[in-house]
Amino acid sequence: MVTEYKEGSVGAEFNKREFKVVGTRPPRPDGVDKVTGRALFGADFTAPGMLHATVLRSPHAHARIVSIDTSGALAMDGVKAVVTSEDFVKQTSSGNQDTLDNCMARGKVFYDGHAIVAVAATSVKIANAALKLIKVEYEILPHETDVDAAMLDSAPVLHEGRKFRNIPEGNNANVSGYWEFGHGDMDEGFAKADIVIERSFKTAATHQGYIEPHATLATMGPDGRGEIWVCTQGQFMVRDLAAAFVGIEASQLRVTASEIGGGFGGKTTVYLEPVALALAKKSGRPVKMVMTREEVFRASGPTTSSSTDVKIGMTKDGRITAGQAKLRYQGGAFPNITAMLGAMTAFASYDLEAVQTQAWNVLTNRPKQAAYRAPGAPMAIYTVESVVDELCQKLGLDPLEVRLLNAAKKGTLSSYGPTFDEIGLVATLEAAKAHPHYAAPLGPNQGRGVSCGFWFNFAGNTSVSMNINEDGTVAVIEGNPDIGGSRASISMMAAEELGIPLEKVRTIVADTNAIGFNDVTDGSRVTFAVGLATIKAARAAIQNMCGRAAQIWGIDADAVDWVDGAAVPTGHNAGDFPPMSLAKIAADSAKTGGPIAGHFEVNADGAGVSFGVHLVDVEVDPETGFTEIKRYTVFQDAGKAIHPDYVEGQMQGGAVQGIGWALNEEYIYGEDGKLQNAGFLDYRIPVASDLPMIDAVILEIPNPGHPYGVRGVGETGIVPPLAAVANGVSHAAGVRMTELPMSPPRILAAIDGAK
Amino acid sequence: MRFESPDTIEQAIGLLNTCEGTSRVLAGGTDVLVQLRLALVEPELIVDIKHIAGMRDITAEDGGFRIGAAVSGAEMGEHADLVALWPGVVEAMELIGSTQVQGRATLAGNLCNASPAADSVPAMVAANAVATIVGPNGTRECPVADIPVSPSKTSLTKGEVITSIYLPARPDNSGDAYLRFIPRTEMDIAVSSAGVSLTINCDGVVTQARVSLGAVAPTVLVVEDASSAIIGTKLEDAAIATLQAACSAACNPIDDKRGTVEFRTKTAGVMAKRAALIAYSRAGGSK
Ligand SMILES: Cc1cc2nc3c(=O)[nH]c(=O)nc-3n(C[C@H](O)[C@H](O)[C@H](O)COP(=O)(O)OP(=O)(O)OC[C@H]3O[C@@H](n4cnc5c(N)ncnc54)[C@H](O)[C@@H]3O)c2cc1C
Repeated sequence: MVTEYKEGSVGAEFNKREFKVVGTRPPRPDGVDKVTGRALFGADFTAPGMLHATVLRSPHAHARIVSIDTSGALAMDGVKAVVTSEDFVKQTSSGNQDTLDNCMARGKVFYDGHAIVAVAATSVKIANAALKLIKVEYEILPHETDVDAAMLDSAPVLHEGRKFRNIPEGNNANVSGYWEFGHGDMDEGFAKADIVIERSFKTAATHQGYIEPHATLATMGPDGRGEIWVCTQGQFMVRDLAAAFVGIEASQLRVTASEIGGGFGGKTTVYLEPVALALAKKSGRPVKMVMTREEVFRASGPTTSSSTDVKIGMTKDGRITAGQAKLRYQGGAFPNITAMLGAMTAFASYDLEAVQTQAWNVLTNRPKQAAYRAPGAPMAIYTVESVVDELCQKLGLDPLEVRLLNAAKKGTLSSYGPTFDEIGLVATLEAAKAHPHYAAPLGPNQGRGVSCGFWFNFAGNTSVSMNINEDGTVAVIEGNPDIGGSRASISMMAAEELGIPLEKVRTIVADTNAIGFNDVTDGSRVTFAVGLATIKAARAAIQNMCGRAAQIWGIDADAVDWVDGAAVPTGHNAGDFPPMSLAKIAADSAKTGGPIAGHFEVNADGAGVSFGVHLVDVEVDPETGFTEIKRYTVFQDAGKAIHPDYVEGQMQGGAVQGIGWALNEEYIYGEDGKLQNAGFLDYRIPVASDLPMIDAVILEIPNPGHPYGVRGVGETGIVPPLAAVANGVSHAAGVRMTELPMSPPRILAAIDGAK
Repeated sequence: MRFESPDTIEQAIGLLNTCEGTSRVLAGGTDVLVQLRLALVEPELIVDIKHIAGMRDITAEDGGFRIGAAVSGAEMGEHADLVALWPGVVEAMELIGSTQVQGRATLAGNLCNASPAADSVPAMVAANAVATIVGPNGTRECPVADIPVSPSKTSLTKGEVITSIYLPARPDNSGDAYLRFIPRTEMDIAVSSAGVSLTINCDGVVTQARVSLGAVAPTVLVVEDASSAIIGTKLEDAAIATLQAACSAACNPIDDKRGTVEFRTKTAGVMAKRAALIAYSRAGGSK
């Protein structure tokens, strides 16, 4: 369902535009390939003479590598190459070196599953057998996987002697990052409150849970030129890192992204790719690597886990007077900035006079975290929205009214610094308040939860080319793997701008040598930034085509306009010519100067932040602690929904992943520091029968930074569910839940404890 | 690894009995294949029993049903008379896995895998089911309850194969039910479970009952105190509360990633209580 936003100057201006293609719901362009199995995913690529490589991984959570003896493996029949960290180039940037050290442990293993050696052989079976012949001598070290414990002075230090910047006194050597945001006088703010609530929360690490494991095929010839085919969210990122790690130049490594079976942020870094390339270089043969599901869990991108203290003051009539949060995140053994993003987003939904957030990142013996939809925000906003809910509960106030009263709007000085431009939070809250869901009666043991959510969205480096084919069709060439339907939306924007039917346009994701640089598909940036570049590339092509028409008509190029897919004279003074269609101009292009194309390159800005509000009804079984999601509605500002099906899909998918995070998903570590649930049986993402249909209500508050008003929609949807579900469960169970996941044993213990 | 799919039980037994290394019987394979993939076992010999005559039949016998060792869960669910007689056993079997798994998974396989959390086993134990076993020394009958001896271990000896499981006849006004607790709605492993089979008289008074618990001890528990708590009652609240308490008291679970001792103990009682009420209503009792 799409609700048009009619008020407000910007909205009104944008809504004047009559879209023909944008806003419709055509069938997805990748649909036939995906249902017939023709689509090529990461593991579908093969090459003549190909080897298979597998990885020896640490069985210890923390150990010094005393020695590695690979001679037994190398001596085995069918083994063609072995690599360790010794086979890679030392990096100058610490961030790149960390990524490399995560791909192949150097000197130390930091977590259960950390890669140590890779073996390429003529079959997976031989490679696995060879792994068993490798001798690694370890000096086992004490380990820590808990965020709070890792901050204690007694905690084992992961990176001895490594200095992290800007860490205040009093923090131990595992603290790798510290950030602060906010404004106003906190003491004054809390003094104005009628009620202040302070609570501490914990959230577990979760995994992105993409269905397609990491997979890649790499080749490298004796001429030093390489190729990689890979399932990734960013072929340019893979190129830059893999080339740097094996020591070749970017132009010599061509990376092609496959179709992708889910990424959600988890495929914005490298694991196997540099390793496969190094093995290909050493063996002279193509090398394929595919992770098992267990490897995906043990060694690829979980999220951070968190521990947070929140304090919020409110007046009797619901005005928030001050908000404070101290967020401690751990994202594994290497530094990351997710805690900073948590501190920036925690209070973003509110217009506050006094707000302060502080964040720490702590290193632990867990895998290096990777992005997951709105990284850092879900767990931060969960804590704030839980306390706001409890304040409403204590004061007997309506949770949506309170949020409306305090909502950030245009002109609000945000809690993280900038002043908001045109934003959709109030409209989103009002849509939720007016929706029948909010008034529906609840049954016994049921509770309703509400939460706001926020995400920045990103734009970034983007290149698009567009070829006008001689038969009047159009090829759009872009460089961002399509993880959420972007090819459909990009084709639609191209068709809209050019004024031609959608069927005439095909968009492809090109390899790194076929198009200019693109940032990875992340930050909900693609429909926004690649869409913007596509529109601008189309405008360049249109300008060219107007010039061609002018040439044929013998008039000034300035005297030609582009209307409904054809060049037309600007008026009678310009001349009296019938419209000249794109197809006609294209057919004659050889006679008017040659092929016609448009392109556009930009480091884009103006992504436009996005807000969402979620409503959920849950029922808690008081005898087992089991939570059933009875009803769920998502309200989100999309700016302009190019293809509403996909927008709804993003909103629903975000909600479902957030529900999993809230209820059952968690990384479980034993005393020995080993991951206990490296598989989908005990790492419980929701199954279809766990969920009702998620209703999606799209709001359209146009983003002034995009020609059609688009905002990214891919991430905001995962932000509110944690608190929405926690608030619903807290009401249904009659006890405030402060730790995720709210698995049945935890809920039952809380219910019994409150008796 | 050798894969054989013999046509007769004698051939199957001969193969298994003469194999010197590890061997595995393969019924539906929904446990065996997973174990192979995880490299938990690397058997020398796999003997598929699906092609042996009679293994895929459900036959009426003396008022009960004999279920061949290769009959799938889906086939049981489609057998109306079987469902009418032992709805609890069939529902337990049908809880296993997904539609795809249902097309393959068998009762005998679930039993011989000897997982403490196996879903069909508590229901079969409550039903007093009996397995027919054929081996190098001939044929024997064995109560289902005596087959699993500890996690992953059975009382079957070398060369023995279960050929069928017999679900006996039962008096009119009988009913059975099985419930398990899982954190999701499907595709999960029981954290605790309970099977109840009972018979009532024309006044609605329970005359016979058998209560079993799964996933709360190394093997399925039969809780005599729970059955005696409801025999002679109409499942009044007090009787049900005693049954629930008896079940919780009988539990001897482990603490692991799937559930705490406390949680398993408590929910086992809850599952038994709810299963008893369903069985009672299936028997024709009204409350
Ligand atoms: C996705 C998935 C979900 C599952 N969900 C559940 C669930 O919810 N609940 C549950 O209880 N189980 C579950 N299972 C486990 C499994 O499906 C069941 O245990 C099933 O009943 C096994 O039957 P099978 O015929 O496939 O056994 P097989 O895999 O063929 O055999 C299992 C074991 O029994 C032995 N065996 C089999 N038949 C005989 C015989 N006639 N005589 C002697 N030994 C024999 C085999 O050698 C093997 O050791 C699940 C499995 C999967 C893959």
